[in-house]
Amino acid sequence: MEKIEQANKIAVGRMLDSDPVLVDVRPAGEIISGLADGVILHAGPPIGWDRMCGPMRGAITGAIVLEGWAGDLAAAGKLAQSGDISFQPNHHFDAVGPMTGLITPSMPVMVVENRKFGNRAFCTLNEGLGKVMRFGGNDGEVLNRLRWLASDLAPALSRALADREGLPLKAIIARGLSMGDEMHQRNIACTGLVLRELAPSLARTSTDPETLAGLLSFIGGNDQFFLNIAMAMGKAIMDPVRGVDGSCVVTAMSRNGTDFGIRVSGTGDQWFTAPVEMPNGLYFPGFSERDANPDMGDSTIVETMGLGGFAMAAAPAVAGFVGAGSAGDALNYTRSMLEITVGRNPEWTIPALDFTGVPTGIDIRKVLETGLAPVINTGIAHREPGVGQVGAGIVRAPMACFEQALEAFAAGMGVGGVS
Amino acid sequence: MSGINLLQSKIEVVNIGLPLFAEALAVQDIPVVQVDWTPPAGGDERLIELLDLLSE
Repeated sequence: MEKIEQANKIAVGRMLDSDPVLVDVRPAGEIISGLADGVILHAGPPIGWDRMCGPMRGAITGAIVLEGWAGDLAAAGKLAQSGDISFQPNHHFDAVGPMTGLITPSMPVMVVENRKFGNRAFCTLNEGLGKVMRFGGNDGEVLNRLRWLASDLAPALSRALADREGLPLKAIIARGLSMGDEMHQRNIACTGLVLRELAPSLARTSTDPETLAGLLSFIGGNDQFFLNIAMAMGKAIMDPVRGVDGSCVVTAMSRNGTDFGIRVSGTGDQWFTAPVEMPNGLYFPGFSERDANPDMGDSTIVETMGLGGFAMAAAPAVAGFVGAGSAGDALNYTRSMLEITVGRNPEWTIPALDFTGVPTGIDIRKVLETGLAPVINTGIAHREPGVGQVGAGIVRAPMACFEQALEAFAAGMGVGGVS
Repeated sequence: MSGINLLQSKIEVVNIGLPLFAEALAVQDIPVVQVDWTPPAGGDERLIELLDLLSE
């Protein structure tokens, strides 16, 4: 249908025209409109406490203690159940968060500005690996690290970004793809590139060498530091694609550990949800699939813009880390995602595929026609609250989300009514 | 005629659909490629109808 083809062209054009720049790091309560005391933002489509998975509940009780809304985890659990806390999806507040994805007012968020379209998107700072809040961790060690992020790292990054008037991100992605990153489960190159870009400004705006050394060590020692930057960038790129009349391009894929949800440009901000699936992956020593929580997090915004599992061909090393198979299998994952997308991104290319651009603009019709569900590289959380990450793997978006979306999209286009 | 040439030339096969046909040729040492193919929308008639309407 010509209208759809034109609308999808506009949608992908907006993705390609975007100019995302990391401009600041601010307390979430200060910069996210509507995030007040008693409000907790979470990953995925809307969900209430009663249906939340273990890690999500664990993270929420920790966040309540972090904010001082309750004195300990037990009291926090009672408050969470009481109905006095408002749980809202990050996506409804221009934000995204990895795994549990929690954002509360005191947490610092990175601000990515899309300078082409003027919108902004937010994501928390990456806490590192192991026992962290995004995987459901909530003990003193987890909370103290979050406090340090707010007291030390965030202000330093804010000053550094002001000193250099922001950090343009598109070129960093282009270089990272040529250095073996896919920006979801492998961010080693991009983290190094960001550190290299920011180090002079961090040094110039620092007053204490020991504090500076701690900041540089934290960023340099966290291979996934860039993931959260990529996520804020993804949200900033995909939000201008929302609401293109007649477009069946996916604008968000997200999961809360219970439900997987997608949004489609031509159907506005409606969520199409289905139960999340279990990642197929590799586990850290001492853990197995029995310990795993189903798929979780807003990080699938990375795949939505054409990176992560879609760009696996750029990152043969990640294929081994997530248990996806050989480097040849990684090539095939990217090739198969080219079959379900509208176009390719000429600025983000993959050397191993003769510099083919990453698959860009998921077309729900192509997903259903081919039976190829979007492939996602993901971390795996323990199913119990407070434990943390137990592995990494790959998972597919549930086909049921796309079936529902197609019904709604067709109705909006005035075709396919059941007589 | 091309049909006669086809029968007289070496056979190389691309099989779409049931893999049994490809397997039968493979055991006879006939080069065959099995295409990884499934019916559109997994054969769901309602979804196929919608996809057809949206492509017209």
